Amino acid sequence: MIAAGTPAPDFTLRDQDGEKVSLGDYRGRKVLLVFYPQDFSPVCGDQLSIYQEVKPDLTAKGVELVGISIDHSWAHKAFQEKLGIDTTLLADFHPKGEVAQAYGSYLEQFGIANRTLVLVDEDGTVAWTYESPNPGEFPGANVIFDALA
Amino acid sequence: MADLSSAPVPPVGPEDHVRGEGKGLIVYADLGCPHCAAAWAEMAARPGAIAFRHFPVTSKHPRSAALHAAAEAAGRQGCFFAMVDSLYADRGRVDDPHLWERAQSLGLDLERFERDRREASVAARVRRDFQSGIRAGVAGTPAVFDACTLVAVREREF
Repeated sequence: MIAAGTPAPDFTLRDQDGEKVSLGDYRGRKVLLVFYPQDFSPVCGDQLSIYQEVKPDLTAKGVELVGISIDHSWAHKAFQEKLGIDTTLLADFHPKGEVAQAYGSYLEQFGIANRTLVLVDEDGTVAWTYESPNPGEFPGANVIFDALA
Repeated sequence: MADLSSAPVPPVGPEDHVRGEGKGLIVYADLGCPHCAAAWAEMAARPGAIAFRHFPVTSKHPRSAALHAAAEAAGRQGCFFAMVDSLYADRGRVDDPHLWERAQSLGLDLERFERDRREASVAARVRRDFQSGIRAGVAGTPAVFDACTLVAVREREF
């Protein structure tokens, strides 16, 4: 897992609409990268739904919320619509899991990212991380607000 | 904005919706959630008290906000749990005309019900429960606490 205090590896991925999004686009703002295993899985759906409910509270704290998984943009679009969320979802699709690997979040044995949170500060430095003990558990939103307190 | 950092589950207080007596459960539930509906009958039938706390996940269940407001408005006429039971027993009828039918069948003053369910204080009451759930780490519904310890969550595969 990438360590707090180190520069966040830059990346450019396509979002749910096929648009290119780079980490550098968020420079000057905090961004919370939510690495999750797979679109349409029950836990991932619950996690992104709960986080969507507190998104206004995160925005008020100057934090952008971005989900990242190994799924393609098309899957992200369908998943976003199914959940009724507007959180940006980035496709770490090809090369598969390259960004998750750069952040130390990739689970080679499963071919997915572990459920991991990475808070990147305004200067592009990793400010805080959280890694779930296993992909079946996700941290409640309270953990994020603890980190921002 | 409210403080959403970690905090223990608030103990049951006078403003909680509680059915039954004695030691019991605190349940954070979503009135639009099928898993909550499936679990509700079993939870409600167990001995002891049950405190219901609102936890609507509105992105996932778009009618949840309206359903929680309806339950809260029914509560102002002494029928909170009757409305909750009704909503969970028949999940296919949740549009406004269905809510009016339910209110009438419970003998509520329909004009007052309509007025109350749209009041900002009702939305604030629902939001307060939701925020206490977030602070307690609720990450899915139903989330059941016994003496403020999480004892049950729905099993899921990742």
